[in-house]
Amino acid sequence: MNEPVPRILLERYSANERTIHWIVAVLFVIAALSGLALFHPSLFALSALFGGGTWTRILHPFAGVVMTVAFALLAAAVAKDNVMRAADWQWLRRIRQVLSGREGELPEVGRYNAGQKLLFFVMVISLAGLLVTGIVIWRRYFSDAFPIGAVRLASLAHAFFAFVLILGIIVHVYAAIWVRGSIRAMTRGHVTAGWAFKHHRAWFREKIGHAASPGTRSD
Amino acid sequence: MALESQDIVRRSATTTKPPQVRRARTAPVAKLIDTSKCIGCKACQVACMEWNDLRDEIGTCSGVYDNPLDLTEHSWTVMRFAEHENERGDLEWLIRKDGCMHCAEPGCLAACPSPGAIVQYANGIVDFDSEHCIGCGYCITGCPFNIPRLSGVDGKAYKCTLCSDRVAAGREPACVKACPTGALVFGTKEDMLRHAEERVEDLKSRGFENAGIYDPEGVGGTHVMYVLHHRDRPELYNDLPADPKISTLVKVWKGVAKPLGVAGMLLAAFAGFLHYIRVGPNETTDDDEREAARAVGASAVRARRETTDE
Ligand code: HEM
Ligand code: SF4
Repeated sequence: MNEPVPRILLERYSANERTIHWIVAVLFVIAALSGLALFHPSLFALSALFGGGTWTRILHPFAGVVMTVAFALLAAAVAKDNVMRAADWQWLRRIRQVLSGREGELPEVGRYNAGQKLLFFVMVISLAGLLVTGIVIWRRYFSDAFPIGAVRLASLAHAFFAFVLILGIIVHVYAAIWVRGSIRAMTRGHVTAGWAFKHHRAWFREKIGHAASPGTRSD
Repeated sequence: MALESQDIVRRSATTTKPPQVRRARTAPVAKLIDTSKCIGCKACQVACMEWNDLRDEIGTCSGVYDNPLDLTEHSWTVMRFAEHENERGDLEWLIRKDGCMHCAEPGCLAACPSPGAIVQYANGIVDFDSEHCIGCGYCITGCPFNIPRLSGVDGKAYKCTLCSDRVAAGREPACVKACPTGALVFGTKEDMLRHAEERVEDLKSRGFENAGIYDPEGVGGTHVMYVLHHRDRPELYNDLPADPKISTLVKVWKGVAKPLGVAGMLLAAFAGFLHYIRVGPNETTDDDEREAARAVGASAVRARRETTDE
């Protein structure tokens, strides 16, 4: 088995997609840390990162809104690949095999697997929820326009959606670390053919269908 | 104000005990507002402005006596006038001095996310410490009486302090000092309740059989109380709430949600870590690359054949 290992690269994200992804990521960290500072006294110290409690309170909603706008662009770019199909439900039923890395026992996966698709919907819904509730509790500009009951409900709901989103992002980041070779998709824009073959076989086939036409094969 | 006294019994967004080695021996205080004696002169509003050095915008007359129309960051107390026609067809002018009620269980303090921005002293006064206020407005969300106001000037929240500075020095609040009719009285809560009972008895003897004391249970009682001629219908007095309490939504948000939320996030992160050390990374092997390359090669050949076949 000494034949040399081939290195074929397939493009996964364009430079524009990568840029927008990292804008969303940075703003998420800002929004999450500044929000968490106000969520629990044990986390209030995080407000020091933003220049104190008052600045934390001022910056947070703006970071959230810009993040939501950026996310909407990213989501529009990937939405068509995130539609759930029959095979996806099968994939989810075999979540044990997924978690133990036995991918041979799973149905073929397209550009995104069922976990990624569900996470996509979790992000869309929780961010929409954060935006709506966030505006209702934005005392400086908007809260006075809403009845107090709505502000109270929105306060609780905002914390809930933030919780869901943060859990989702923990899963998202961990998956990127766990499945080796994923992060380069978002830093360099490409993945190895072996990675695509192993984790996203249907997408791989589709891709080499195109890659096979002369001139577009990477590397 | 918080800097002057260390007799704080409750402190916002603080999970440890406030400085409190002395057992509180200070008797809880209360201001009693007797609506039946109030003539609506607003001396208390002026005294509040003077003592606290506040000057509200000069507005315009809106056709009612309320002036200003609502509490603001500059007006910590406002007289609210209501015209009520009783069963006999007589007009009753119900005047209520509105302002912070200094709840024993303050919703503002429960909701506040900034450590020490809202404190409660042993004497019962609930005070905002502007130094620590971050201006989020959560106190407004938490308050069952709609009292705190966010300032357009500095973005911080303001409300009546019950003249905590004067009280700490053994004096009555400025409004009480100024009241010409004795509608406002100040003392220990015990004394004020006793006085209020006498007033209620007197009112009953004059035909107000529903007269009573407003010291609502739902917020653990208040350190600002009313004597009302119509205790059975507090809403007559410009919507004084009948049964004020901290909203259940606020209680959940500021109660179980916080520790559960933090625990959930930490557990999720730790679960990821455990998964990694138990299962290990999911790697692409050299064999995967070789197989993939063969597939790419085959499809390239197929593609070439298709083009030549044409
Ligand atoms: C989408 C736009 C968003 C808006 C308009 C918004 C607005 C707000 C506002 C006004 C507050 C109250 C504190 C303040 O005034 O700064 C708040 C609190 C908070 N936000 Fe956001 N936010 C948004 C997005 C986010 C995001 C993306 C996260 C993180 C995942 C987040 C997490 C939180 C948390 C944890 C709190 C504290 C909740 C609590 O006190 O229980 N928010 N947000
Ligand atoms: S009336 Fe409102 S602001 Fe005053 S102590 Fe009660 S909750 Fe706080």
